[in-house]
Amino acid sequence: MTWTLGVALLLVVGWYLFFSATRLDRIHARVEGARSALDAQLVRRASVSLQLAVSGLLDPATSLLVAGAAHEAREADDADRELAESNLTRALHAAFDESGLPEALDADPAGHALIGELAGACLRVELARRFLNDAVRGARVVRRKRAVRYARLAGHAPWPPTFEMDDTPPPGLMRGGRAAPSTVLP
Amino acid sequence: MRIGIVCPYSWDVPGGVQFHVRDLAEVLVDRGHDVSVLAPADDDTPLPAYVVPAGRAVPVPYNGSVARVNFGPISAARVRRWLREGEFDVLHIHEPATPSLSVLACWAATGPIVATFHTSTLRSRAMLAAYPILEPTLEKIRARIAVSEDARRTLVEHIGGDAVLIPNGVFVDRFAGATPEPAWRGEAGTVGFIGRMDEERKGLPTLLAAFELLLAARPGTRLVVAGRGDAEEAAEDMSASVRAAVTFLGEVSEPEKARLLRTVDVYVAPNLGGESFGIVLVEALAAGAPVLASDLDAFRRVLDDGRVGVLFPTGDVTALAAALGDLLDDEPRRQELSRAGSAWCRRYDWSTVVEDLLAVYETVAAGAGAVREDERRTWRERLRL
Repeated sequence: MTWTLGVALLLVVGWYLFFSATRLDRIHARVEGARSALDAQLVRRASVSLQLAVSGLLDPATSLLVAGAAHEAREADDADRELAESNLTRALHAAFDESGLPEALDADPAGHALIGELAGACLRVELARRFLNDAVRGARVVRRKRAVRYARLAGHAPWPPTFEMDDTPPPGLMRGGRAAPSTVLP
Repeated sequence: MRIGIVCPYSWDVPGGVQFHVRDLAEVLVDRGHDVSVLAPADDDTPLPAYVVPAGRAVPVPYNGSVARVNFGPISAARVRRWLREGEFDVLHIHEPATPSLSVLACWAATGPIVATFHTSTLRSRAMLAAYPILEPTLEKIRARIAVSEDARRTLVEHIGGDAVLIPNGVFVDRFAGATPEPAWRGEAGTVGFIGRMDEERKGLPTLLAAFELLLAARPGTRLVVAGRGDAEEAAEDMSASVRAAVTFLGEVSEPEKARLLRTVDVYVAPNLGGESFGIVLVEALAAGAPVLASDLDAFRRVLDDGRVGVLFPTGDVTALAAALGDLLDDEPRRQELSRAGSAWCRRYDWSTVVEDLLAVYETVAAGAGAVREDERRTWRERLRL
């Protein structure tokens, strides 16, 4: 009688560990997917910023400001990336909020297309970062579970970091229906 | 001459470039020239008569710190109006590689344009990204001035071409004629430091460590520290006896700075790097203060390779303490340095500097006609000249 109970218990524990490991694996994959998605959107935002800066459509002071920030963001290593990306956000705010620049660019067909693309990139950065941090929080919840910790199911996988930056899209850029309004985000 | 000067940084924030532009404008006005300075400032900021405000400055992250500058179409329009109304014989822009009014003015103008490069710390990577945008605009500059050999070298490396060297000016007599302040004196000697306390590269921690060593051998020596920053934070690691021997003045006015430099027995510049010129060293020489400075290239040049001031290995606490002790013990040496320094610093006096600048203005303006608005209508054409 006791050995049947023992086997049943072992089966339950084994199944639970297997289930947790699969879940952990899935959520780690989700985090990595979200991280590369954010990386792609950040690179895109920096590229479009740089493209706009060298387009000859901006005044040289704004060009210099945006090009400098975009370049720093693209070149930053992992340790400095959050700061460099936030600085690009700040530079874009400075360039496009209450500056009259979006209106001036809208008058030019090439300019209109470029800021449309930039607005889209800014919005997608905001979304992608939201999704990444959400996935990270989920992964952390699973990894804090006793079964996962005691059975060392996470192995040597590092504690998943969130990506912290100022990603508010410049309101001046988002007006005029250029990108879907970001009001869906709290 | 009608001279238009453009300052890229906010007028109400103190800084080397702003002070230089202010002093230059005042010297030129004194000499009877017609001067207008365009600078970032609110319309309701109290300004000298010669300053035209270009609108509120926007703080932006740039080159690793925050700059308060003006850019964008609205500022560009203000720059154009200022150029049109000014009808200048010469346009003098400062720091044209900064995203602000100077590059806008250069973009919007054509004719005799003079530019001064102040910095020696352009970041090459950001500069490379932005250079294709700047090139057509910066090509319009007819005379390039660097304030120091280091600024000139940066310019040559990053942009190419060459520049003439005209140093920053100092009103030597204002420093030479200031009254010493007995309340700041220590009975066994007085040491001075001026610079931002919270900025590591200004080297205050090096000086404080050296001063602690010095104080053990020379009780009664006083260290007077002037400059922006948190005195409590700077004093954190000091023992009570050292703390009692240091006076923190906080940020000082120009006359107070002159009085401080007249009071001290030795002025110490322990900077760790990033200096393009070292105007405060010239001010110390002007006040007749013997100078002890780290052996940075910029300082070496200002001190005529150690002839008019003493140099010590940058960042070396023990060497600084030893050199400081030697100087405080050697009254004749200090007098000799003071005499040599007072004579040497005349070359940095505004009376000399402004003559050099006027010679540059006259050379580019000769037969060139006035500064005009660059008429190319579309932005694209204006950029791709």
